[in-house]
Amino acid sequence: MASPETLQKLKERFPEAEISEFRGQHRAVVPAGIVHDVLKFLKEEVGLALIIDITCVDYLYYPNARDRFGVVYIVGHPETAERMIIKTFVNDPAPTLPTVTDLWEGANWLEREVWDMFGIRFEGHPDLRRILLPEDFQDHPLRKDYPLQGRGERHNIPVVTRDLG
Amino acid sequence: MPLEKSTTYIPKDEAQEYLWTMNFGPQHPATHTTLRLILKLEGERVVDADCDIGYLHSGFEKLAEHLNYNQYVTITDRMNYVSPMANNVAWHLAVEKLLGIEVPPRCQYLRVIVAELARIADHLVCNAAVGLDTGAFTFFMYAFNPREMIYDIFEALCGARFTNSYTRVGGLMHDASPKAIELIREFVKRFPRALDDMERLLTRNRIFIDRTKGIGVLTKEEAINRGVTGPIARASGVTRDLRKDEPYLAYKDFDFQICCAQAGDCYARYLVRMAEMRESLKIIHQAIENLPPGPVNVAVSERIALPEKWQVTSTIEGLITHFELIMSNRGFEVPCEEVYCATESPNGELGFYIVGDGSPYAYRARCRPPSFVHFALFPHLIRGHTLSDVVAVLGSLNIIAAELDR
Repeated sequence: MASPETLQKLKERFPEAEISEFRGQHRAVVPAGIVHDVLKFLKEEVGLALIIDITCVDYLYYPNARDRFGVVYIVGHPETAERMIIKTFVNDPAPTLPTVTDLWEGANWLEREVWDMFGIRFEGHPDLRRILLPEDFQDHPLRKDYPLQGRGERHNIPVVTRDLG
Repeated sequence: MPLEKSTTYIPKDEAQEYLWTMNFGPQHPATHTTLRLILKLEGERVVDADCDIGYLHSGFEKLAEHLNYNQYVTITDRMNYVSPMANNVAWHLAVEKLLGIEVPPRCQYLRVIVAELARIADHLVCNAAVGLDTGAFTFFMYAFNPREMIYDIFEALCGARFTNSYTRVGGLMHDASPKAIELIREFVKRFPRALDDMERLLTRNRIFIDRTKGIGVLTKEEAINRGVTGPIARASGVTRDLRKDEPYLAYKDFDFQICCAQAGDCYARYLVRMAEMRESLKIIHQAIENLPPGPVNVAVSERIALPEKWQVTSTIEGLITHFELIMSNRGFEVPCEEVYCATESPNGELGFYIVGDGSPYAYRARCRPPSFVHFALFPHLIRGHTLSDVVAVLGSLNIIAAELDR
């Protein structure tokens, strides 16, 4: 939950942020263009200086969804229980967002994972390569159009036979 | 498609003759799990390190989209397999937050007890591994004895020692049997002595202190900047513990303290873990002596938890609930909403971000793994230390590869 002062400050500074509440958690949906400014503002002026998580949701088959990818930033206060969810939407083709590694070192691997699993590019990231999957992997498996089971990928691995050795 | 040549691990700057590269892992006894480090060495000094992970990636988050909220608990067991109970509790707490239900007090107390037992087991293994890697084998044996008692308790509670899957949506698999409660009481009585023995063995051991003090120092500012949580952050002076800050379950009923240190080195992390075990024991003692009576599952009328067999066969409500939950085209009524719920797991903040879409399957279930965030620290912590310090730092970060890669 975020304190009323935080919400007030956020509303005054960024009138375009849509703030909603669900089960005591506050979520602000902001346009992709200002997400870096919002996070910088929350870190430096409000004190939500802890990056807890960066993740993504593919809304391809979600009921009544307008945009394809929702990127979620969860920031928290290092001393109190205050936390806030910042969400922004990006779309195909070539979904891109500005990186927040300049604000938090800890965002480095989290952004790499989002790139690996969803294929969202983070502009300005110092080291944006795959983290969990092998480098020659072609797809982004947590996208909804990637199947759970099926053939493929393994054809990349060469078959080693006895006579080769 | 032909296999392309790897471009990743070619050093970025031009070759320097006096530096050499060493491959550490993925199957090295001191990594304890499957992860790989590429160390750039100048003599014995580590100049830089690169982490290569993903060896245990098994698509847990993708699986979550195809298993229902009760089935997925078996997958959470396999994340941090040193303390599976803590993952079970974290997952179902997040699901219950999404569904908007609160479990009965007895269930809350039992969940606190198993989560704290899991914390003790996790800290025992972590500290034992640090001891083992720095040459204290006896300490390892002393730590694994009480861990065995914890697994006996888990066996009495749910039949499984390792992959427990003890929680359910809206309750638990079983109520605690009198035998299990007796075992927990005995553990509370016997564990302080084991802990004293362990402290006498290692806390003031000259060799251990030389190997860990001043090694892998993490300052408070760095800890916050890098999103570190849990005992590692507390060893650096960050006073953040979700059990106190946003008390979930029944944590606000118990009297305990947050253990912090200032130094931020491997030794401080060891001390914080040792102190946290004592606090956990205090919580377990209070919980088991004040265990409230009553049911462990939410009421049958809420249609969340499976009713008991006698309720199915002799009451109409029970029969309908059973039918509603079991039939494949029925199930939980989930709002089209998103929720993030975090718990203080032994390793740090373990959170689940669940997106519900009205169906009994999660549309997306993101796990925020503490090990993943903490392993990103490793190159920062090891720079400038010697090769023999790699194992001490790695051990004190408590990296569990199954949770790291999911």
